[in-house]
Amino acid sequence: MIRGKPDDDEYWNSSKFKAFTFDDEDDDFTRLKESKRAVNSILVEDEDEEDEVEKVNWSGEPVGSISWSVKETASNIRSTGEVRDLSFPKIDTAPSLPKNSSGYSLSSLFKGKTCDRFWRPLSLLLALLILYFLHCVIPWSINADVMLWQDYISDWTPEETVKRMQQGKAYSLEKFHFLQDKLLLLDEAVNAHDGNVITAVLIFLKKSLSKEILFRELIAREIALRHYIHYLKEMGEHKHLCTFSCLHVQLMQYRDHLNIKDENRRRDFLKNCLSLPFSQEDATHVLDHYTLLERQIIIEANDKHVESSSQADIFKKYPRKASILNMPIITTLYYSCFYHYGESEGTYSSPANIRKTFRISDKQFLLTCLGARAKLKAWFDVDALFTTKNWLGYTKKRSPIGFHRIVDILHKNNAPVQVLQEYVNLVEDTEQKISLAQKYKCHDVIINTYRDLKDRQLLIGYREKVERSSPEYRKIEELLFRWYQVRKGKTLRAWLRGKGVARALTVPKICPHGNNLAVG
Amino acid sequence: MAHSVRRDAPELPDFSLLKRLARDQLIYLLEQLPGKKDLFIEADLMSPLDRIANVTTLKEHEVDKLYKVEHKSIVSTSDQLCFLIRPRIQTVKWICDVVNADKAVGKFRRYKVIFCPQKFYACETLLEEQGIIGDVTTDEWSFYLLPLDDDIISLELPEFFRDNFLEGDQRWVRTAGSALHLLHSLYGPFSKVYGIGRCSKMAYESWREQVKEGEQRVRQADIGNVFLIDRDVDLVTPLCSQVVYEGLVDDIFRIKCGCVEFGPDVTSSDKSMKVMLNSQDKVFNEIRNEHFSQVFGFLSQKARNLQTAYDKRSGMDIKQMKTFVSEELKGLKKEHRLLSLHIGASESMMKKKTKQDFQEMLKTEHSLLEGFEIRECISFIEEHINRQASMVESMRLLCLLSLTENGLLPKDYRSLKAQYLQSYGVDHLLTFSNLKQLGLLVEQQPGETLTVMESRVGKLVNDKTAGKLTDAFSSLAKKSNFRALSRRLNLVPKSDEEYDLRVPRDMAYIFSGAYIPLSCKLIEQVLERDGWTGLEEVTRMINGHEFAVTGSNGSDPRGRSDAQRIILVMFLGGCTYSEISALRFLGKEKGYKFVVVTTAITNSARVLESMLDNHA
Repeated sequence: MIRGKPDDDEYWNSSKFKAFTFDDEDDDFTRLKESKRAVNSILVEDEDEEDEVEKVNWSGEPVGSISWSVKETASNIRSTGEVRDLSFPKIDTAPSLPKNSSGYSLSSLFKGKTCDRFWRPLSLLLALLILYFLHCVIPWSINADVMLWQDYISDWTPEETVKRMQQGKAYSLEKFHFLQDKLLLLDEAVNAHDGNVITAVLIFLKKSLSKEILFRELIAREIALRHYIHYLKEMGEHKHLCTFSCLHVQLMQYRDHLNIKDENRRRDFLKNCLSLPFSQEDATHVLDHYTLLERQIIIEANDKHVESSSQADIFKKYPRKASILNMPIITTLYYSCFYHYGESEGTYSSPANIRKTFRISDKQFLLTCLGARAKLKAWFDVDALFTTKNWLGYTKKRSPIGFHRIVDILHKNNAPVQVLQEYVNLVEDTEQKISLAQKYKCHDVIINTYRDLKDRQLLIGYREKVERSSPEYRKIEELLFRWYQVRKGKTLRAWLRGKGVARALTVPKICPHGNNLAVG
Repeated sequence: MAHSVRRDAPELPDFSLLKRLARDQLIYLLEQLPGKKDLFIEADLMSPLDRIANVTTLKEHEVDKLYKVEHKSIVSTSDQLCFLIRPRIQTVKWICDVVNADKAVGKFRRYKVIFCPQKFYACETLLEEQGIIGDVTTDEWSFYLLPLDDDIISLELPEFFRDNFLEGDQRWVRTAGSALHLLHSLYGPFSKVYGIGRCSKMAYESWREQVKEGEQRVRQADIGNVFLIDRDVDLVTPLCSQVVYEGLVDDIFRIKCGCVEFGPDVTSSDKSMKVMLNSQDKVFNEIRNEHFSQVFGFLSQKARNLQTAYDKRSGMDIKQMKTFVSEELKGLKKEHRLLSLHIGASESMMKKKTKQDFQEMLKTEHSLLEGFEIRECISFIEEHINRQASMVESMRLLCLLSLTENGLLPKDYRSLKAQYLQSYGVDHLLTFSNLKQLGLLVEQQPGETLTVMESRVGKLVNDKTAGKLTDAFSSLAKKSNFRALSRRLNLVPKSDEEYDLRVPRDMAYIFSGAYIPLSCKLIEQVLERDGWTGLEEVTRMINGHEFAVTGSNGSDPRGRSDAQRIILVMFLGGCTYSEISALRFLGKEKGYKFVVVTTAITNSARVLESMLDNHA
């Protein structure tokens, strides 16, 4: 709000200050003198630190500018008489009085001179009435000092009013009739950084202004607006705001679906939400939400029927723990992979249909499907998930996620070693493969890997870890023996080569080092 | 365990006075409603109340029955009802219903509502609108500060964070100012106040106004310096996994008001047990600030020592045995009990963390902090979401990614958001909107191009008000600039150096040597420089509102030098146990004592749960 304001704004702003601070000329003069004294005494006490702070913190306005000095005087007037006790300096706490460029500032020009003379007795009467009312009905708000006659006749400025409200003293808002006065009061509350008072003023404004006018003024007052929205939210009155199509309100409206328990009514409510002005992205999500609930209602009705009439084995074997209503998309997919696997894409409950409707990524689909099928120990289905055929009819296992994760998931679902080792074998990184194999005790994988690495030491080491007379043990023994034989053969050939006979013997090319014999 | 202590740290002032004051005021308020009465207590006021008074105290002042506020119809037969509540619209609405229901059946009762720590006009307006002012009297119980430990004071206002930073409601600013005022008048006068953040500045102003209004007693200061800091200055730290013992206990078991409930898996019995965790617990006091990897070693050493102490009995004669039993045995038994409890807790935490792939999670976190292998991090997070692993943890990683990277690339943001909604429910749209508004999880703005686009679109949009409003909201979400800040302040130590967690060299030890919490680093730097000079670039990146002010008695030599070394740090919006540990470490290194005042103790789960909106 500060940036790019026209020059004459400054003027209106300063005049506004006068309108409420200096009631008449005489007063003005004495106060000015006081404020001068105050300024001087501050300067005496001034410390370097303070100076530095002010320079750093002044939001945009150079020290010494007009608006700066206006504010400075205002704040000094406020502290007149107390300056000497003032042990800590004031720092400018962000938003300055919002400058509104509406034409209403005219009234503030007149106000000080003519209108006040008319209103003052009236507002005095009102204040008296209110105080009487307060006295009768709200015993707590009566402070000792309220009883002083002086307080009855004093016409509190917005500033004083706000201060009294902060201190929990009696106050009256009814005298703020002019829109301009109301706004000054609001701005003063905002400047005091007391959310409690800001809300109190807003409640008063809500009661005494039409919502269009209030909203128009709040648009330019961000802090007050946020207090207002929060208050309405807490009161459950945010519909009040819904007539204004602007950010956040559609979400607040969408949120109301949570309060609807009946699923059919909730679905209809969501359908209505589709017409709200969401961003393109969010609109898709809300549509998804509606579609999902619509499908869930259909699936739930159907499955409930099937389950109760015990038509399908799967429900008997694995009774449903909860209804699928209001579950997330992925949970629904899991459910469908669990109970409705293999259904054709035409049915709402089929995994293929859910995948397509909600644009589920391959990775996500695979993970969910894998989880569901593994839970059912349908290893054949698991296998089929990864198998791809090329045009020659060769099959190959592929996965959009690392096979090490697949192994983890299978293990969590208590897959047997035979199944696990197949997937451990598909892990590309050898080190990872071995550590996984060790973790899940896939001996074959380890032995074969060591064999391929031609690492005799590791194999011997591993022999110690497996049980004697187990098939693994025998396999290692066998391998080691064959290696021994190969080594013997190799020495023989080397000897022959040394003798110059090697060429004559023609060692086959495929095994130049001999130990390839061990493979297979 | 083996921190080098630079010099004798000053003694902390006694904060139990705060409890006494609160208790006395409560008693006074209860006596304002003479005769027998039933007391309804707001659920989250029960623990704080427990810390300062007990049932006997309440019974002594004619409280007959105690109820928890449950927003249901009541069964009390008493003709006087007293409600002890937080100033919340929902609770007041419920009270209105209770009163009006009584009126409808012609039942006459007297009602008193005591708001803690203060009343709000909005609540009173509601009472007035419901036509029950007069039947209901109201009061304020200005119980602002609850000392949780020797050096921790809490306002117990967890909603502060959401209200202030998300909703933009400044209702608690004055409360913070009043709390500061109370501390100032009891333990001040303060000589220096440093601060950073918009709310800090407002709280300072509010406090200053209150000082001006009241009279100032001249007394010897106990606390010399004050540091105010907004939680949104550093949102990265509370979102990191805690690995210091106390923080870890809080992450896993949730410490509530300084008290934790250990389940049967910890107590190795069939009952759960509530345990106070503070400096009175000697075993806990020695491990609370330690990195978790050091805790096991310490506990087993402690167990061995205990064994030796018990073994002393064997060679004793009757007389020695007698003194042993009367003097040592009780202490040993107590220590024994505590020791087995903390060993149980450590084991249980170990088990839980290995189950969740904690190592991998930490690795991702550290990579994010370091800005290293971001693609891998993103795919880890993606898979975490795809597997429907913990909803809050997924959210936490997403937010860390956004904060450290200054927002997500639009492509990533869209894809991760879509997958998140698929996995955890579309109604998390509300959560995403909240996170965006707070700046926790945002889309990167591709610089100027978008601004041009926006202005073009803005011209097309008829509804100008909507456009203005959007601007107003987006201006609040600020950039985190984490990477630049981290470089400037050396928050992430070089990863090639080995970090010895047994002998920590800096505050980074609280995150396994991977990251020095920004909040604590700022405090360290400002105290070292006695102000913000030289930190201009840093404060600009944080989005400023920093200040450093000296009171009139600041230059006064009267202030005890001890008091100058006691620093009150006030976190507006909550702080974590890890940060407290880091400050304790800093204090030991530099000869300070820190007193932490916080609106509430927080952690990643609490921060994120306060952003959730998707429950009815």
